[in-house]
Amino acid sequence: MLEQILIPVGIFIGLGVIMGALLAVASRVFAVEKDERAEQINECLPGANCGGCGFTGCAALAEAIAKGEAKVNQCSVGGAETAEKIAAIMGVEAGHTVRMRAQVMCSGTSEYAKKKYIYEGIPSCEAAAKVGGGDKLCPNGCIGLGSCVKACPFGAIHVEQGVAAVDYAKCRGCGVCLSACPKGIINLIPFDSRHWVGCMSLEDGKTTRKVCDVGCIACKLCEKNCPEGAISVKRSIASINYNICTGCDKCVDKCPRHIIWSGRTQGELGLVVTRLKPEDIAK
Amino acid sequence: MSNIFMIMFAAILTENFIFSRFYGCCPFLGVSDKPSTALGMGMAVTFVMTLSSAATWAVYNYLLVPFGLEYLKTIAFILLIATLVQFIEMFLRKFIPALYGALGIYLPLITTNCAVLGAALVNIEEGYSFIESVVFGFSAALGFTLAIVVFAGVRERLNFADPPKAFRGFPILLISASLAAMAFSGFSGMKF
Repeated sequence: MLEQILIPVGIFIGLGVIMGALLAVASRVFAVEKDERAEQINECLPGANCGGCGFTGCAALAEAIAKGEAKVNQCSVGGAETAEKIAAIMGVEAGHTVRMRAQVMCSGTSEYAKKKYIYEGIPSCEAAAKVGGGDKLCPNGCIGLGSCVKACPFGAIHVEQGVAAVDYAKCRGCGVCLSACPKGIINLIPFDSRHWVGCMSLEDGKTTRKVCDVGCIACKLCEKNCPEGAISVKRSIASINYNICTGCDKCVDKCPRHIIWSGRTQGELGLVVTRLKPEDIAK
Repeated sequence: MSNIFMIMFAAILTENFIFSRFYGCCPFLGVSDKPSTALGMGMAVTFVMTLSSAATWAVYNYLLVPFGLEYLKTIAFILLIATLVQFIEMFLRKFIPALYGALGIYLPLITTNCAVLGAALVNIEEGYSFIESVVFGFSAALGFTLAIVVFAGVRERLNFADPPKAFRGFPILLISASLAAMAFSGFSGMKF
């Protein structure tokens, strides 16, 4: 009777010990030399696993940095602070890290942008974009169904009057929304950019004028009036070189379509964004 | 030889692990969001199931049967599979880092997967020989991979479907899974 209990118990203890020993030996024999720096770097990273750096997650980026395959300032979310910490671990200079933020380059809210049909399908920009390129007449306008809102790992985007708007305090500049937008009208720009053009219309001026009240018509007034030469009009759209722009506001006053936006960092308020609207001028 | 092919055919189609035996439903619903992840999971299962079929067959026939301990096979198999998966993980990380990277997190997920244990138990139940056991483990895993990849494709389309509110999310998923299972039941009429 006792044997019937003891033999199975003995065999299973033996099996367990053998298995345990096997794993213990294996963990020694197959030990992979892990770079200690990778773990230290991983602790410095934000841990959001947003994938904005192009790696699958923070741990993967940490390993790549330790191997020297990625730059110490690759993590745009962590910004300069994280880059410095990582640089200290790696024993190199951090270099210049510019904090970036996402900016939706469209001013065509529902009151300005004209629609070609009423969309009542699946609430997703990708789906709407497949139906004649979205409900707005402008082929480069924000569809406003919030695919970027869903994609943002930091909850920094919401839709206002049919155009996605970024909450700059929450935006960490990871760039995940850039690839989520089927229109490709979200750009990463330096956080302290003074001016930017809130339009990405690639149509000629005449067509743009027809489809949207606030589209860039490539009149070149901003280009001519910029004292620094920071604005250039290419392919019927104005673009600003953020490195040269001094924020003098001359282009804002001259733009007949009122689509040059201004941003100022103001102490506790953070980034304050202003934009002249057509009706403001009328007043 | 024809016996081997019959085992393969049955394991992949007529007695598909997911759609006919209902083993491995957890990963089937859990990691079938995208065909690429489904394929990764399928590869990991194939890898582990083939090896574990061989290992459990040997332990059963050379350790449990001589001592008359057949009734403890489930516990022994769980222990064996868990150890095997851990061992494979360490081995791959050291010698085949590329494969380790490809299988990634799916390997540890399989440690306690019921499909792997199921394959080991079916081998014993059917009284397969060593070769037959290995073939069965491999082809059952192929059937699992087929089912999960096909269903991941269905699921991608489901994202763009617009079902009534009560059916959104998991309910419509289960309904589609049952439809897929019905489609697979069509194979059960095939006899040799």
